[in-house]
Amino acid sequence: MAEPDPILVNDWHAVVELDFLASRGSFETVLLGVPIEIAESGEGSGEVRVSRRDTHAPLPARIRYGHVFTSIGQPNRDIVHFPECHEADRIHVTGGSIAVHVSGLRAVENFLDMGHFPFVHTDYLGVEPHTEVEPYEVTVTEEDEILATKCRFFQPLASPSADGGMMVDYEYRVARPYTVCLYKSNPIEPERWDFIVLFVQPVSEERCIAHPYLSYLAHNLDNETNRWFMQLIFAQDKPILENQLPKRLPLDPRAEVPARSDASSLSYRRWLAAQGVTYGAIPAAA
Amino acid sequence: MIRLYDYVLSGNCYKIRLLLSLLGLEWETRWIDFHPKREHKSEWFLGLNPLGQVPVLEDGDFRLRDAQAILVYLAAKHDERGRWYPAGDPRTLGEIAQWLAFADGITATASAARLHDGIFFELDADRARAGANAPFRVLDEHLWFQEQEGREWLCAPGHPTIADLACFPYVALSEEGGVSRLPYPAIRRWTDRVKRIPGFIPMSGVLVA
Repeated sequence: MAEPDPILVNDWHAVVELDFLASRGSFETVLLGVPIEIAESGEGSGEVRVSRRDTHAPLPARIRYGHVFTSIGQPNRDIVHFPECHEADRIHVTGGSIAVHVSGLRAVENFLDMGHFPFVHTDYLGVEPHTEVEPYEVTVTEEDEILATKCRFFQPLASPSADGGMMVDYEYRVARPYTVCLYKSNPIEPERWDFIVLFVQPVSEERCIAHPYLSYLAHNLDNETNRWFMQLIFAQDKPILENQLPKRLPLDPRAEVPARSDASSLSYRRWLAAQGVTYGAIPAAA
Repeated sequence: MIRLYDYVLSGNCYKIRLLLSLLGLEWETRWIDFHPKREHKSEWFLGLNPLGQVPVLEDGDFRLRDAQAILVYLAAKHDERGRWYPAGDPRTLGEIAQWLAFADGITATASAARLHDGIFFELDADRARAGANAPFRVLDEHLWFQEQEGREWLCAPGHPTIADLACFPYVALSEEGGVSRLPYPAIRRWTDRVKRIPGFIPMSGVLVA
């Protein structure tokens, strides 16, 4: 197993949902191969302690987006900022963290992919014969993030507030190697976005925990409904992800045969290589 | 109106949705925040079911817990053709009861391993995985002998019963708990047959045939 790359070690990672922690008081997990424990400092205090289980050394803790974040190194940048999350007429909720036996980079790549919608999320995010992914644009921004824009897809039930099929506009943003988000047009206010971010916790090179965070325009939605929809969708991806071989993401552009619709995936793999990310990946041969 | 207290990733809830759908019944859903909030252990839900388990079904003023019990009730009350739970056929009813109890053994092993691996239940997952192989062997062998007799389902009639629905979900989801079905070819043929029952609906994690 490779050592985790500095860019991952010295960054923040979501490691547990607050709602889940509240139901248990403490939780043991693994981040980048390091066993850690998260515990509530005192009931109702809203504070948490994070520590290594091997050396018992304390680790930094931040609470944001309904999750506890920590780092096993020296974080040299803040947790990713999502300005959309602060609009008042939205309902914000964590989606229910789910462990997946695959590299977290595979989970991010799958999140970016529209081509699987009709086949994996049938009657929700896609349906035959509407299988074509129209051309879209992928750029790497000045902030060194990947942005995929002008994505469009026909969806029978795009979100918990949808009431029938619609053409949905999408944008994707890869903000960190293991953090990706999407914007999709809201079924009731199509000129505004619903927003989902996936904080992926690299447990090991071949295991991850997906921590979704949802920001929907409220429209009579409640937390239970939003979590129902997110878990329904993500659990459809889970067996597909767990059957991907190899479990780590190959970065060699020749490793898997791309189609035109894979532009964002190809860009992601190149960008990971440029960032020096090898953990959870199979680096391209020099 | 029938109301189902439901969790979307529960195989025990799914088998109720499956039978409701196969019977062509309408129902309303009350989603329980099983994960991450453990709402099934909340005070208000324990008032519905002191065992703190989903599913719970309400049909008018009648309330019932336990997935297998709910299957019995729905089939006995709402299946006009009397096929899913053939009242008046003592041998088949006995066989069905046997497999309904058997289904709880699959829940205690294969389902437990899946809850551990996917949503962090604290239990001995390796023991649960190993434990799943005992019922899977029994099931596979039984189905193989059934096939030799020209039978496609768990019980004697030439059509599926609630016994098949009770055992199906956590068998079909076993890979999520690290329990492979590769060693059980008769089980794999049977799960494919269940998926081809007219009116079958999948759940997340159960791939369509």
